[in-house]
Amino acid sequence: MQLIGFLSRRAFQAIFVLLGLSILIFVIARVLPGDPARTALGARAPQWVVDRLREDMHLNDPMHVQYFYWLTDAVQGDFGISLVTRRNVADDVKEFFPASLELVLFAGLITAVAGIGLGTLSARHKDKWIDNAVRIFSYAGVVTPSFVFAILFLLLFGLVLDWFPTIGRLSQDVPRPPTITGMMTIDALLAGQLATFWDALKHLILPALALAMGSMAQEARLTRATMSDNLTKDYIANKRALGVPERKVTGRFLLKVSLIPTVSIFGLDFAASLSNAFLVELIFVWPGISRYGVNAMLRKDLNAISAVILILGITFITVNIIVDLVVRGLDPRIRLRSARSD
Amino acid sequence: MAQQVNVEGFASTMTRQQVRELQRKNRRENLGRAWYKFSRNPLSTIGGTTVVVVVLLAIFAPFVAPYPEHAKPFTDFANASRPPSWEYPFGTDEIGRDILSRVIFGFRFSLSMGIVVLVIVVPVGVLLGLIAGYYQGTWIDTTVMRITDIFLAVPPLILALAIASVLEPNLFHSMIAITLMWWPWYTRLVYGLASAQRNEFYVASAETTGAGTPHILFREILPNMVSPIFTKISLDMGWVIIIGSMLSFVGLGVQPPRPGLGTMVASGAKYLPDQWWIAIFPALGIVVVVLGFNLLGDGLRDLFAAEEA
Repeated sequence: MQLIGFLSRRAFQAIFVLLGLSILIFVIARVLPGDPARTALGARAPQWVVDRLREDMHLNDPMHVQYFYWLTDAVQGDFGISLVTRRNVADDVKEFFPASLELVLFAGLITAVAGIGLGTLSARHKDKWIDNAVRIFSYAGVVTPSFVFAILFLLLFGLVLDWFPTIGRLSQDVPRPPTITGMMTIDALLAGQLATFWDALKHLILPALALAMGSMAQEARLTRATMSDNLTKDYIANKRALGVPERKVTGRFLLKVSLIPTVSIFGLDFAASLSNAFLVELIFVWPGISRYGVNAMLRKDLNAISAVILILGITFITVNIIVDLVVRGLDPRIRLRSARSD
Repeated sequence: MAQQVNVEGFASTMTRQQVRELQRKNRRENLGRAWYKFSRNPLSTIGGTTVVVVVLLAIFAPFVAPYPEHAKPFTDFANASRPPSWEYPFGTDEIGRDILSRVIFGFRFSLSMGIVVLVIVVPVGVLLGLIAGYYQGTWIDTTVMRITDIFLAVPPLILALAIASVLEPNLFHSMIAITLMWWPWYTRLVYGLASAQRNEFYVASAETTGAGTPHILFREILPNMVSPIFTKISLDMGWVIIIGSMLSFVGLGVQPPRPGLGTMVASGAKYLPDQWWIAIFPALGIVVVVLGFNLLGDGLRDLFAAEEA
């Protein structure tokens, strides 16, 4: 019951924010000097055709009416035709979005496992060489932009050592898996094509790692800080005095409590991944929605730009709601507090 | 002439002159102590030094750079794509320009990006946050913070890219794009701090003595949040520079032949792995600047945290 209340409240907020975002996008799209109808048809189209299209696109109506038309279409998933690919923007999004989602989710997995792992290691061996190494590594990770990591990895592991492929999602000679989720690794597994899975995974590792480095470093720093803080608490000393094995103390009692800040910041990390994907996808020629978005931006393809921003906004908001749910599950205090305020 | 005033903590009476002198002396001592603590921390010192060096390089670029004319449209195909050597410490790019000189000039663009954006964003964001926090629970609070939420609902780079793409791509427009995206972070930070301060007794007492709203906002509440704001500014210099370099990497920021660091990385990436220096040295340039500001920011945060404890 409590959960439903929480979810409906968050959903209401999300709808409000999305409405605002749609207005923002609409304003950005209409700020552009020039006639969208003229841009769509090209410089050589006769004037009467342009006028007809203006009428069809409701461009002669007042702004708020235009916004209403735009929004009704957008809600139904109709963002118009992309000026670049000359296809329905919705189809483009359907094709490119899973590739980005796969990349960002895999990066998130690396971030969570490696970040929390390194942080735990660092806290357990506080002020030893391992701790210092992790701290230096996390500093480097925080200050280096992801596209620099991407170029370094591409150069080192892709070109010099030649361990991993550096272009696209799949090699030419590997059979493509059937499209189920659109995420190559998962589709290949579902179809039982292990060779394809292995190839897709190899393509995925370098871009995902480049994307994960920054957030991984941040998570490691945060986990280390909260853990070494909590290590001095009485309840840990109590568990130790009771003879609970050290592994269980760290794994069960310490980790769960210390993860709360780490998980809460995961939403921000996800935002960073979504943004950084714009450059990483460009560098690794990853056919995702971010690369599609950049190309749309460079060519002022407004329909595509609006769709990309709106989709990424929805993704980001959804992830944040999930993160809040997980934090609630981890922290009994937050559960109780919101129960009281309900 | 000798007006008598009572100052908290001083039973005796002093002239206004003396009080001011004392306050000045106190401030000087505090600064001295802070500087001592700051300079004892090796990481902060490295950060501070890096920042000072980069700023000096950027200001005096035409005099420091070995080949200042290489920052302009310039070609020297006889010396194209030379690896690092004594003559060209970072090598030369595909049309024979010295990369070291271009990186030094690139610092100019990066720093001016950070400064311009923050100079606009900080006052706007802080003002909105203060007002929303002070008028907590009213329609002003709701309006400002809901608009802030909308801006925070999309990762800043993505909206900045979108805004920059609608305008003509150049340095100035990428500054505008980042500025439009950045103020909500300050509004949220200050809002949190201000709404906590709002219910303190000193605010209530200022209200009852009839102080005007601007006085309460700027003279009473604001001074209590100077340290977190300054820490954020220092850390944000690094972030704005990163975002700026990302925009120019994509092609929506500094345009060639001007030497933006991100622009140089992007054009150098085509020549990997054989002419690695064309992309790697500008990339390291970005890392160095950002590292400097981050170390400095962390140093400031530790300093302020120690003062509060």
